[in-house]
Amino acid sequence: MEHRTATLAEADRLMTVCNSCRYCEGLCAVFPAMEMRRSFADADLNYLANLCHNCSACYHDCQFAPPHEFAVNVPKVLAEVRNDSYAHYAWPAALQPMFRRNGLWIGLICATLVALFLFGTFLWNGAGAVFSAQTTPENFYALMPHNVMVALFGPAFLFAILAIYMGGRAFWRDISARDMEDGAHQSGIDYARAGHDAGRLTYLDGGGDGCMNADEQTSDNRKLWHHLTFYGFLLCFASTSTGTLYHYLLGREAPYPWWDLPVVLGTVGGVGLVVGTAGLLRAKLRQYHDVRDDTRFGMDAAFIAMLFGTGLTGLLLLFLRETPLMGILLAVHLGVVMTLFLTAPYGKFVHGIYRYLALARFARERRGEMVPQDA
Amino acid sequence: MPLNQIERNGPWDLLVAGGGNAALCAAIAARRAGRSVLIVEAAPKFYRGGNTRHTRNMRCAHDHATDTLTGPYTEEEFLDDLLRVTGGNTDEALSRHMIAESKSMLDWIQEQGVRFQPSLGGTLSLGRTNSFFLGGGRSMLNSLYATAERLGVEVVYDAEVVALDIEGRTFRAATVRHDGADIRVEAAAFVAACGGFEANIEWLKEGWGEKADNFLIRGTPYNRGTVTRMLIDAGMQQIGDPTQCHAVAIDARAPKFDGGIITRLDCVVFGVVMNRDCERFYDEGEDIWPKRYAIWGRLIANQPGQIAYVVFDAPNIKRFMPSLFPPVEAPTLRELAEKLELDPRKFEATVTEFNDAVVGGFPFDHTEPDGNRTEGLPVGKSNWAQKIETPPYYAYPVRPGITFTYLGVKIDQQARILMNDGNGTPSDNMFAAGEIMAGNVLGQGYAAGIGMTIGAVFGRIAGQEAARHGA
Repeated sequence: MEHRTATLAEADRLMTVCNSCRYCEGLCAVFPAMEMRRSFADADLNYLANLCHNCSACYHDCQFAPPHEFAVNVPKVLAEVRNDSYAHYAWPAALQPMFRRNGLWIGLICATLVALFLFGTFLWNGAGAVFSAQTTPENFYALMPHNVMVALFGPAFLFAILAIYMGGRAFWRDISARDMEDGAHQSGIDYARAGHDAGRLTYLDGGGDGCMNADEQTSDNRKLWHHLTFYGFLLCFASTSTGTLYHYLLGREAPYPWWDLPVVLGTVGGVGLVVGTAGLLRAKLRQYHDVRDDTRFGMDAAFIAMLFGTGLTGLLLLFLRETPLMGILLAVHLGVVMTLFLTAPYGKFVHGIYRYLALARFARERRGEMVPQDA
Repeated sequence: MPLNQIERNGPWDLLVAGGGNAALCAAIAARRAGRSVLIVEAAPKFYRGGNTRHTRNMRCAHDHATDTLTGPYTEEEFLDDLLRVTGGNTDEALSRHMIAESKSMLDWIQEQGVRFQPSLGGTLSLGRTNSFFLGGGRSMLNSLYATAERLGVEVVYDAEVVALDIEGRTFRAATVRHDGADIRVEAAAFVAACGGFEANIEWLKEGWGEKADNFLIRGTPYNRGTVTRMLIDAGMQQIGDPTQCHAVAIDARAPKFDGGIITRLDCVVFGVVMNRDCERFYDEGEDIWPKRYAIWGRLIANQPGQIAYVVFDAPNIKRFMPSLFPPVEAPTLRELAEKLELDPRKFEATVTEFNDAVVGGFPFDHTEPDGNRTEGLPVGKSNWAQKIETPPYYAYPVRPGITFTYLGVKIDQQARILMNDGNGTPSDNMFAAGEIMAGNVLGQGYAAGIGMTIGAVFGRIAGQEAARHGA
């Protein structure tokens, strides 16, 4: 079969080997999904790749892994396909090259935006106001009025949503184009199942024992770190949303006391983000070398760094909001958050979207396959 | 760890030659009984474990369904199956003992870290009788090695036993070649668990003659039978003959060694099988899987050039498990024959003759004998006969693929190797487990998962008995 890239051709070769063996079918979702196919088009491979968590259990279990002449390294090749797929489906197409040297791009954008916020804050308010705003009743809003924040972040947020939606839609259309001949249709239960599997990271456990690390010992830490990061992120998002509702619905303006919902959610979420991302980075560095896609380390690291930065600057802002550092921290925090929003469609953030969609497709395929067996 | 560093701790209570399922079960059992254990594995670390790397399930008797087994499989039923596949060519008392021991093996092996999964997909027919390893045989091995090393078993890779020092009935020491040096390793007991000799083509030739040059070896290239030969030469009793082995039809394009499961083809039933002279030579519809699977290796070994061709047409391509290599494909039978470098005229004539003889007209059903057969052919097809008439046409070239061999050493119920002294006196401190003594149980034939049962059960017995000996 013709493939768009050499990596996809290699993935096809591996899936043909694996489909003749099937010993790994109990480990995760990739292999049962593979077994429902006898040939692997680019869309199939992108789908399978986005089901893979790179836990590397199948690599350690494989009798055909290197140095065997069949050289089967599924986690590494699927990582490459997966990372390529983020760029392939990104919208608009003109921004797809951002996935090349992704770490550099995101680093530059972040530095630029932080500088702009700092520069703007000083220019707008003057240095004296920046270092004394913590004493005013308006606090943050003395430096940047709420409406200005909304005017800056609202469009950035909406653009990110649009771009992520367009990318996700292209991925979804591609992977669901195949006719499975089983008569099943995508339904609500599949999306619910996918939510369950994505939320619990059902398949990120090496078949039960956790991921293999550099020392070939299994551990479940990646799952823990990812949970802390993901749910920390959600709590931070909930904190911001609650704050927005307070502002517009209740007329209660920031800053809020330490016991109030936006602060509690933000604090717990921020701690989750900082601890979780630090753990993820450590796990990434300790991961078994042979199964990593080292060419994309920058993309992974940039996303982890942005989440870590969001959590850390947010927490610092909370704890130091009554000191003269507040003004500078606010500008840095806003610059980091703006970068997170703007670059979300062009970095590792999209992995969650594609993973969820792939799981939704898998839930429907598995349900469809089970129909004739139950009958 | 290099052997020369470990050796200073010797002499050992137990030396285990080999590194697969049987070797690890022996080592773990002895270590759990408090003995010092050294494993010498001839293969490098990646290739450790011999044919265990290529396995995926184990057949154990059990009285009840479990999380991973769909129903009970009694000792009586297991024995019936064993007697049937071997045609009674087994040491029945030993087999009964093994089957009884297999019951507790299910729990024991899981206590050593091995994980099971329910049978899925293409293996549902074994879901009641066989326990499938999560992640397959190499995953199982990884678990056993992790447990053994945690318990303090020492393991050396790239360490081949090249000589045995045996005095009468007693093992004294082995010479182990490692890292360019020959090192003498003394031990109070010795377990030979180092597989068969299928990678030793010269030995296969003693049974098969020059035909063996055309055999493909499905598993490890490290099973050369050196220890088996040394034991027999030192006066141990041989069991089995060099022609007995598990041999199936595999893709002729497979590598000479270690192609494993992915080169097997189970499409014989869907078409006809011809030799290189374009002649059919055996009833392709005699029996259903898995029996039909296990006879074709021998059948093809006895054809000219040890090669044959499975030929079928378009409707059948999706009816069997995919395999590594794509089938040879052509729009006409003539072109297919040309691609296979066979005589197109004879090829077409054989297919036409077969098509003209097909009778029955029942719905095709490959899961049970369907009554569609041929009439009037010298070599008939007694089930699943369908005309080969819908292009494109497909063919797979197939050769005998040797899975494992049965010639080995004779043992008793304590897994002690017996002397070749006319009385079958047990040796003093030498034990055997796994493929090296499989011929005690399997005089011929095979049923899925029995190899691993033999390895695990006799491995555990050997380890326990060796530990008692060293006490």
